[in-house]
Amino acid sequence: MTGLPGVEGFMYPNEIELQWSILIVLYPYLTGLVAGAFILASLERVSGVEALRPTYRLALLSALAFLLVAPLPLQLHLGHPERSFEMYLTPHTSSAMAMFGFVYLWYLMAVLVVEIWLDYRKEIVHWSQTETGWTRWVYRAMTLGSTNVSPAALALDDRVGRLVTIVGIPSAFLLHGYVGFIFGSIKANPWWSTPLMPIVFLFSALVSGIALILLLYPIVAWAKRLPVSMRCLDAMGGLLLYAFLIDFALEMLDLLHRVYEADESFKTLDFMVHTKLYFPHIIVQIFLGTLVPIGLLTLAKVVKLGESGRRGLYLTSAVLVLIGIFAMRWNVVIGGQLFSKSFLGYTTYKLHFAAREGLLPALLLLLLPFGILLVLLRLLPPYAHFTHEEGAGPA
Amino acid sequence: VDPTRRELLSATGKLLLLTGAAGIAWEHVLAGSPEAAPNYQRSKHWWAMLMDVDKCIGCGKCVRACKAENDVPLDARYFRTWVERYQVPPVDPRDPQRESLPLVDSPNGGYDGFPDLGAAASGSKTFFVPKMCNHCAHSPCTQVCPVGATFESEDGVVLIDKDYCLGCRYCVQACPYGCRYIDPRSNTAEKCTLCYHRITKGLTTACCEVCPTGARQLADLKNPADPIHAYLREHKVQVLKPGMATGAKIYYANLDGSVR
Repeated sequence: MTGLPGVEGFMYPNEIELQWSILIVLYPYLTGLVAGAFILASLERVSGVEALRPTYRLALLSALAFLLVAPLPLQLHLGHPERSFEMYLTPHTSSAMAMFGFVYLWYLMAVLVVEIWLDYRKEIVHWSQTETGWTRWVYRAMTLGSTNVSPAALALDDRVGRLVTIVGIPSAFLLHGYVGFIFGSIKANPWWSTPLMPIVFLFSALVSGIALILLLYPIVAWAKRLPVSMRCLDAMGGLLLYAFLIDFALEMLDLLHRVYEADESFKTLDFMVHTKLYFPHIIVQIFLGTLVPIGLLTLAKVVKLGESGRRGLYLTSAVLVLIGIFAMRWNVVIGGQLFSKSFLGYTTYKLHFAAREGLLPALLLLLLPFGILLVLLRLLPPYAHFTHEEGAGPA
Repeated sequence: VDPTRRELLSATGKLLLLTGAAGIAWEHVLAGSPEAAPNYQRSKHWWAMLMDVDKCIGCGKCVRACKAENDVPLDARYFRTWVERYQVPPVDPRDPQRESLPLVDSPNGGYDGFPDLGAAASGSKTFFVPKMCNHCAHSPCTQVCPVGATFESEDGVVLIDKDYCLGCRYCVQACPYGCRYIDPRSNTAEKCTLCYHRITKGLTTACCEVCPTGARQLADLKNPADPIHAYLREHKVQVLKPGMATGAKIYYANLDGSVR
């Protein structure tokens, strides 16, 4: 409607207010970090990429920390959070959102928690016998009454753990692919509705998860005064580059397809990308968040640089990637609501600060996983294999 | 005789209790009990509506009637029905390839009618399009609801159980026609109910009731005597966004191709 603040052209009257806020931007962002971190951990476990070993446990713990927070922005956003459990009790089977609840629960309880428990079981039993004070009771509870750490039992743990990882990889793909499907299956919205959405979400998740661990690993090592394995950083840097190239190719394929087909929504979306979304999409997501890190990572691969030079490039890339993928989620969620489904107008998203769905709760929710991770690091120290001796394993 | 303190407290307490009880009882009276429609059989109806674009004069009576009848917030962001005014510019013979988009407005959803365009509209093809929920037979909003709070009734009306709705807003995103909003009072999704409380008692909808030109006509496709059947046989009609394949049941006569 003309004459309304923040509205250009014509919006259907009910469209003027945006329905999904920055909290819904956080939800795919956090879920993506989980899926990416887990897939990185699984690569080490299943494919035996020895160079990634130092980050295996850190990646699992980070995935858990972020997974625990992932549903919170959704809860905070609901008009009736007290009814959210109905999604489990009386799910509507044709709803992508309802089924996501089960995918989430499956992934949390049947994959991630089990894998972490199996991997730490030997230590948990040990700590339950050696620790003193309240932590001893925590570890005792965590043994779940199973204190058998005989070689045969540990070998069984390993076999089951490997099986869980093998089940876990498709589960992680499912988890985040599904988030993509929640958006990609909305035929009413041409900015979302594409079969590429789940796979684009998946690869961007992988990219963001690797970047997160690439950033966390040296920081945690530095905080614990432990040396950083350069071989591990190089491996992660390489992996990040390859995953990013696939992700970028998919996004460009989507773009190319839209430009070439130029269906009835194209002019509207094109206008939006050149105006309201220019900064978050072109500048932040594509230039700063994609092209620059791809350039830096390529540089680290092809130019002979010293360790500190490479480290600098990796860390800069990781930070840019994390910002860029956040911008990608923003552009999908917020961008998808800035234009009218009449294709005749545009509205504006007003981000408040200290409101229920404002910037402040979003920032707190973004910091919360790091708080949880600190507790997890204290409870389940991942430092045993944090620095493999350089050159010890196969290159 | 002056009352003792004990008597005063006791009387005040009783008064408070009685007022409270009366308040609750009065609220109950105001809310009313669910209206019964004992003679209505859902399986005997399949509701739709006919909109004749050429008959709509943009008076906004339907919008006002709908808001009053259904307690829709009187805010310019919440509508169960609204009216749009289209101005489609003519093709310029000097530059026929130039594509010019229609100018559309809907001030306050058409609630107060439309201001005169005067000379601004000269040369444009101008008409009004009443909009509302299309009560789709394959409604995307129903498909995505995570708890089934919104559903298609047996008689072809898409309804919402607001005691069950989570307020996740997925349905608002899924509706291609912009027909849903979140009621700021209940924090649940709301939309046109096709005046279900009226049509189940043999009445027409509030919007159809007040339309001075008969631009809106409620239709029962399961009733062989309904004039809709003759109308559909003899006239060319269209639904909004047919490419969405939602099974929309609001039929538009004389709809221009520019309408989205």
